[in-house]
Parts: sequence; C-alpha cells; structure tokens
Amino acid sequence: MIQKSDDVIVRTVARSLMPFILIYGLYVVMHGHYSPGGGFQGGVILAAGFVLLTVTQGIERTRQHMSQKTACVISSVGLLIYAGIGALCLILGGRYLDYGRLSQLLQVDQPTARSLGILGVEIGVALGVMAVMCIIFFSIFAADETE
Amino acid sequence: MKPLYLITTVIVGALLIYGTLDMPRWGDPHSPASTHVSPYYLQHSLVHTATPNVVTAVLADYRGFDTLGETTVIFTAGMACILLLRRRRKG
Repeated sequence: MIQKSDDVIVRTVARSLMPFILIYGLYVVMHGHYSPGGGFQGGVILAAGFVLLTVTQGIERTRQHMSQKTACVISSVGLLIYAGIGALCLILGGRYLDYGRLSQLLQVDQPTARSLGILGVEIGVALGVMAVMCIIFFSIFAADETE
Repeated sequence: MKPLYLITTVIVGALLIYGTLDMPRWGDPHSPASTHVSPYYLQHSLVHTATPNVVTAVLADYRGFDTLGETTVIFTAGMACILLLRRRRKG
C-alpha cells in the first residue's frame, strides 16, 4: 500500500498541480472538435490527476474524493450517456447514434446538432475512461493491501 | 502434439501472409479506401457535422457505433479488474 509521501515539497507541488491537470483534461475533452484530443485522451489525463494524488497523498486521502464505488458509478454513467444519446436518436425517429435527429430536441440546425452529439458522446467516453483507469489503479492497490 | 501445433501455426500464418499480398500498398492513393471513402469524409465532414477536426467527426459520428464498442471494451476491462483483484471476503 502506498503511504502518504514524507516530502512536503512533493505533497505541496502535487496538490497545487491537481486542479491544473483536471482543467487540462477537461480542455482536451472539450477541444476535441478543433484539435487532437477527445474522450479517450482527456479521460486518461483526468485519471492521471487522481493517480498523482494517490501516489503523493496516500490512498486514504484519495478515497475521500474518488472511491472505488464512485468510480464504478461514474464509469457506468459514462457508458450510459453514450448509449443513451444513441437511444435518444432512435426515439426521435432516426437511426441509432444518428445525432442529426437531436436537432428537433435542441432547436438547432442539423450540423450543429451532430456537433453537439459528438460532444455529448465524447463526455461519456471521457467519464468512462477516467473511471475505469481509477478502478484499475485502485484494484491493484486493494490486491496489494491483502498481502 | 507439439509438432502439430507448430505445423498448424506455420500453415495458418502462411495463409494469412498470402492473403495480404493482394491488399493495396500502405498509403496507396489508388486503393478503394483512398479513392472513395477518405475524399468523401474530407469534403463533407465540415458541412455534415460542423466539426473542423475530421478525426473526431469520423471517430464519434460516422464511426460512432465502433467507438461505442471501444468504450464498452474499456468498461468491461474495468469490471474484469474489479472481479479479479477485489479483496476476498472472509468465509
């Protein structure tokens, strides 16, 4: 089990870097329309923030922010957002994941609706990837604790 | 049984390599994918999806179902990790 780091510099720097890592992760997710990036990459950057927090602050402190159960719920919600947007298009009379149909719901023209559909799907992917990375990391710790 | 496995592997491998000989060369501008699919995406993705990044448009819109599968794979990997590595309850 990883303990809290003894070095005050390491702990302080990691703690002050954490919000910037999360902001950058969100930027990569939201800016996927214009630059390299998107759900998968942004989700991994968000998870890297939590991994850094675990390595420097100890697993107990990280569990207050992101427990195994929370990560499970978030990963399911992420996948549900993706599949839900697909199903929503189906309900609105289109084909599965045909985002153009969302234009009726969002009151915008069809290309903008598809753009927003892509954004929604990317957010779902980012939530899923972030939570699954945290789950894998925490699971390895939990397996380590029993020894 | 060992030699049989080796022979099977070599034969299947040779068949697969033989199958790739007919494929277009990597990056061939005259291959079907480069003459039909790619130009269509490059010309229409901005008009269709209002997304300047063609990679994102193809990944999440034209090939959205594929990406749903990828996300499901990652989700399944996380669930498998929980099932395999979780702490065993006593008794």
